[in-house]
Amino acid sequence: MQTEAKVLDPRITASASQWRLIWGRFRKHKLAMAGLVIVTLLYLVAAFAEFFQPFDPNSTASQDVYHPPQAIRFFEADGAGNWSFRPHVIDMVLTRDPLTLTASYAEDPDAKTYIHVLGYGEPYRLAGLIPMQHKLIAAEGDGRFYLFGADRMGRDLFSRTVSGTRISMSIGLIGVAMSLVLGMLVGGVAGYFAGWFDRVSSRVIELIMAMPTIPIWLGLSAAIPANWDPMTRYFAITVILSLVGWTELARVVRGRFFALKTEDFVVAARLDGARPLRVIFRHMMPSLASHIIASVSLAIPVMILAETSLSFLGLGLLPPSVSWGVLLKEAQNIRAIATAPWLFIPGIFVALAVLSLNFLGDGLRDAADPYAQERG
Amino acid sequence: MMSDTRSPSLEIKNLVTSFATANGEFRAVDDVSLDLYPGETLCVVGESGSGKSVMSRSILQIVDEPGRIVSGSILLHPGRSGRRGVIDLAKLKPRGPEIKSIRGREIAMIFQEPMSSLSPVHKIGDQVAESARVHDGLDRRAARARAIELLAKVEIPDPESAVDRYPFEFSGGMRQRAMIGMALACNPDILIADEPTTALDVTIQAEILQLLKTIQKTNGMAILFITHDMGVVAEIADEVAVMRHGRLLERGNVFDVFANPQHEYTRTLLRAAKNAEAPSDRRLAMRQVRPLGEPILRTQSLRKEYQLSPGFFGRGARKLVAVHDADIELRAGENIGIVGESGSGKTTLARCIQRIHSVSSGKILYKLGGSDEQDIAPLSDSQLREVWREMRIVFQDPFGSLNPRMTVGQIIAEPLVNNGLGTSRSRRDRVAELLDLVGLPSSSMERYPHAFSGGQRQRISIARAIAPEPRLIIADEATSALDVSIRTQIMDLLLDLQEKLDLSYLFISHDVGLVRYFCDRMVVMYRGKIVEQGETETICNDPQHAYTQSLLSAVPIADPRLRNTKTRTRYRETA
Amino acid sequence: MLAYILRRTLWSIPFLIGASFLAFVIIQAPPGDYLTTYAAKLEAAGQSVDTARLNSLRDRFGLDEPFIAQYWKWITNILRGDFGMSFEWQQPVADLVGERMLFSIILALSTILFTWAVALPVGVYSAIRKYTAGDYVVTVIGFIGLATPNFLVALTLMYFGVVYLGADVTGLFSPQYATAPWSWAKLLDLLSHLVIPVVIIGMSSTASLIRIMRANLLDELYKPYVTTARAKGLGELKLLLKYPVRLALNPFVSTIGWAFPQIISGSTIVAFVLSLPTADPLMLQALMSQDMYLAGAFILLLCILSIVGMLVSDILLAVVDPRIRYN
Repeated sequence: MQTEAKVLDPRITASASQWRLIWGRFRKHKLAMAGLVIVTLLYLVAAFAEFFQPFDPNSTASQDVYHPPQAIRFFEADGAGNWSFRPHVIDMVLTRDPLTLTASYAEDPDAKTYIHVLGYGEPYRLAGLIPMQHKLIAAEGDGRFYLFGADRMGRDLFSRTVSGTRISMSIGLIGVAMSLVLGMLVGGVAGYFAGWFDRVSSRVIELIMAMPTIPIWLGLSAAIPANWDPMTRYFAITVILSLVGWTELARVVRGRFFALKTEDFVVAARLDGARPLRVIFRHMMPSLASHIIASVSLAIPVMILAETSLSFLGLGLLPPSVSWGVLLKEAQNIRAIATAPWLFIPGIFVALAVLSLNFLGDGLRDAADPYAQERG
Repeated sequence: MMSDTRSPSLEIKNLVTSFATANGEFRAVDDVSLDLYPGETLCVVGESGSGKSVMSRSILQIVDEPGRIVSGSILLHPGRSGRRGVIDLAKLKPRGPEIKSIRGREIAMIFQEPMSSLSPVHKIGDQVAESARVHDGLDRRAARARAIELLAKVEIPDPESAVDRYPFEFSGGMRQRAMIGMALACNPDILIADEPTTALDVTIQAEILQLLKTIQKTNGMAILFITHDMGVVAEIADEVAVMRHGRLLERGNVFDVFANPQHEYTRTLLRAAKNAEAPSDRRLAMRQVRPLGEPILRTQSLRKEYQLSPGFFGRGARKLVAVHDADIELRAGENIGIVGESGSGKTTLARCIQRIHSVSSGKILYKLGGSDEQDIAPLSDSQLREVWREMRIVFQDPFGSLNPRMTVGQIIAEPLVNNGLGTSRSRRDRVAELLDLVGLPSSSMERYPHAFSGGQRQRISIARAIAPEPRLIIADEATSALDVSIRTQIMDLLLDLQEKLDLSYLFISHDVGLVRYFCDRMVVMYRGKIVEQGETETICNDPQHAYTQSLLSAVPIADPRLRNTKTRTRYRETA
Repeated sequence: MLAYILRRTLWSIPFLIGASFLAFVIIQAPPGDYLTTYAAKLEAAGQSVDTARLNSLRDRFGLDEPFIAQYWKWITNILRGDFGMSFEWQQPVADLVGERMLFSIILALSTILFTWAVALPVGVYSAIRKYTAGDYVVTVIGFIGLATPNFLVALTLMYFGVVYLGADVTGLFSPQYATAPWSWAKLLDLLSHLVIPVVIIGMSSTASLIRIMRANLLDELYKPYVTTARAKGLGELKLLLKYPVRLALNPFVSTIGWAFPQIISGSTIVAFVLSLPTADPLMLQALMSQDMYLAGAFILLLCILSIVGMLVSDILLAVVDPRIRYN
């Protein structure tokens, strides 16, 4: 009883629903809150990638090969020494050492490219629907600027990273959604009805989990015909990822179902005359939902990492698709990264996304059962 | 009183132990003073949250974080160890060497859960002789010899082989014996026993209490015995202390306290204990007005088997028979108690009758809606819905039986919704009415179960059970998880409802006393078999079967004057 | 105990069959059969295609037969030590995989040893010093280890190696030992080269094992048997090591079961980046060029390695936990 008083003060929480209690506990988890914010931002960027990318991610500029990153300067002084808000970057020019012929970029303090917040860029359709021309930041005129530098074809890495955010973050989400359907179906049926289906499916799950995933993924994606168009390939890869990834979710769902099924309150629901579907959805689902959400948020980073790895090895997504893994493939050889270490930047995003999702998932898992400590 | 001439082993003076919580300091033990004398047993009685357990742990400074002793003293007088002078345990550092040299050597302790209190991956012998190795510096071989000796002392059969076994290979009673052996390893002056028999069956409890008494007699140690059970107190205590909400309400000689309790709370506890030794007056009065009716439920050769292992292509499949061919009969308006110890199959039988479990063979004849008898054993879940509307259940665990994610109103209305009874408006009124019937305010409707105490939750469970106007309620250990003083309230509530709503009860319990209070007839089960059934009073006064006799003889009586008047019999099944 | 080991070993047979089936499905997955790809390759290289030889190969692998029959032929050949032909290398697959699998096994074993050696003490420390600065440092490093793709770490290390140290961190041998016969010096050279790949591959499993150990131990620290031991007068450190750490070890041991496949999986990509002479880069190459018998053999062998790892972990679990042994 003492522990109960410590965990939940009945005066405050007496009529609070589980979601309010979960939120209350989740909020205390600072890292998880930070994770939530970052994940939300990343998905916003993914959803409205066209708005955030200043240039077409596939537009090349032969004169800007391996252009280093430029920092935005927000203020500029006019002749009289008055500072005004005019975001710009200092242009860089390519020089070649006459003896060694190595290329290097140097700043040209007189040449500036001005940046317009909410300026105009190429027309596009926001989220594929709303026709727009505004960009979050756009270069004045035909100028180009490289916040994250440029790659070996002079493509803007910032725009490419933003564009890659869409594919990488969505592949995680869609892959997990597919895994979830499969996992809930198999795990739910196995957990609720038990019997032979449970035995068979448990063995299959154990088998799949015993396999080293990346070789299997590689083997399966090697079978995708090279001539499929990017969209089909994207879906094929997602399917392959979820074919292996569903097992963990199925196990969680099955385990929870088993545990819940023997809970007195579920037996009570049956005796109250509730039909099987009502028992599942009215009585068991609310307890499952929070756990499933937590598992899902922990499964997404696994998918993201898997896609990145496959694409990095050249067996996942292929150009012209742009994902973080595809971008990192550029950083595969020593020479490239020695000249252009900024090619690592997409990797930072991978780490950031995975880390945030892990924090988020961890916080959710801790908060998922606000009644857990109650029995002391 | 001769207390002036005796010299105490341990004096607790004005002890305060508190826990720092988010809402400030919580005093679990608040100004408690007690004395412990060699060769005597002091029983500290109290319900959950009384602080009795924290108090006992304060002595050895093993209170769980963040609890700590705030003030007061715990004076340990010199004993057999040869240490001289009085030492104040409360002043010692919880992790210091002084207190360590006292733990296990001068003061030993045993706990409630013999399973979880022993490490599952270390051999019994290793754990039993451990304090001897720590304090007496025994080597491996000598420790083993000591362990065998100790196991023999606590009457564990075949100690030479038992010493090399693991706790999970032992029964609960044997584990608790091993725990006691462990505590005796260094021949301590003081033994602290924290509810050592609560998790055990009553027949095992009787043996353990006997063992403790025998050992006390031979080595003259002082025992501090923590319990919630007045029967146990009457059985073994020399002195009694009653605690509630961290405070000491009353202490004194056991005969004085039982004969003339000073505090109102002590009287409540004693009344609750005495209640369980006689039939409820309310029930007897009710039967006068409304005699029992026709049988509404009969089982014929009801059998439940479990497949233990699937076997190899059907060969070698092992079966466990949980219920052997049970025949029972319940009449309208009657209360039947099924009594038995753990593993007796009483709960399985109840769940088969209600058809929560399937039935291996036999019939369950039930008069659905008062019409002709119908065998419900072969029915499917959907066919059973009508049966379940009339045959309801109240579970043991007040926490697990209510969905924490639904409001009390939703929980109680659920059987109404599923059976299509009433409109949403009328259901609301009905829920308020039901809450009123079980003694809860109608404002409870909007709240979630976690806002209620165990007893209140059990009331909510009862409200849900009576919602669809049932005829039969199966109460499966419905009061076991509750404090003694609440138990009687809940049973009286059930009797009350019986009168108002014309109910019959199937009451499952391990506690003969409760069955005697509540039930007209009783069924005694042992290892899946019904060994005896009949009128409760007849069986209690003149049990026929040897097992029933041993069970009844093991039940402690809440009167110290009757101590040692019963002859204990031990039942051994003949194959 | 012996009975348990036997039973558990028998249990892995269906797993092996399942794994071999999976590997065969992967071999069969690319459109067209192996020989059409082979013929196309030869033609593309401007060589003449020997129809008679193709037909004999077709016969040998049973390519005209139904799927199950082909599988049967493939697996029975493997049991006789014949893994088929690599058309890219024009060699029997069996000759190609041998040494490379050995290095894969060495790498996996060293990684798991490293993982344990680090995760166990750090996890214990983190649990008993809960919510101290040290615990937070461990937690943060652990999270980063979990979140960073290991090939990224490999690349970063390579970058620093090349740019700042001028050293090559790739490979498992220094050039002078690569083709030299085995000697103590060569072994030492191998060990020194193993450090970086082992740390990189083991990073994420170490991080997760630390978290598991910490959680396990936190669960155990407040169990009643710990109080019992304390009440016996045991010193805190001895008590800690003898009881809760010992018990927290059980679930920890069982995690090797899944850590092993994960390590083998993770080594694929790191081995590729660091160009280690293990099975993985060759497998990748084989997959790219659709040299499916070679790829299939590697996938099969890696899966078998995983299954054997699980088997070993289960047996170890039975060794440390009597409850399993006696069941």
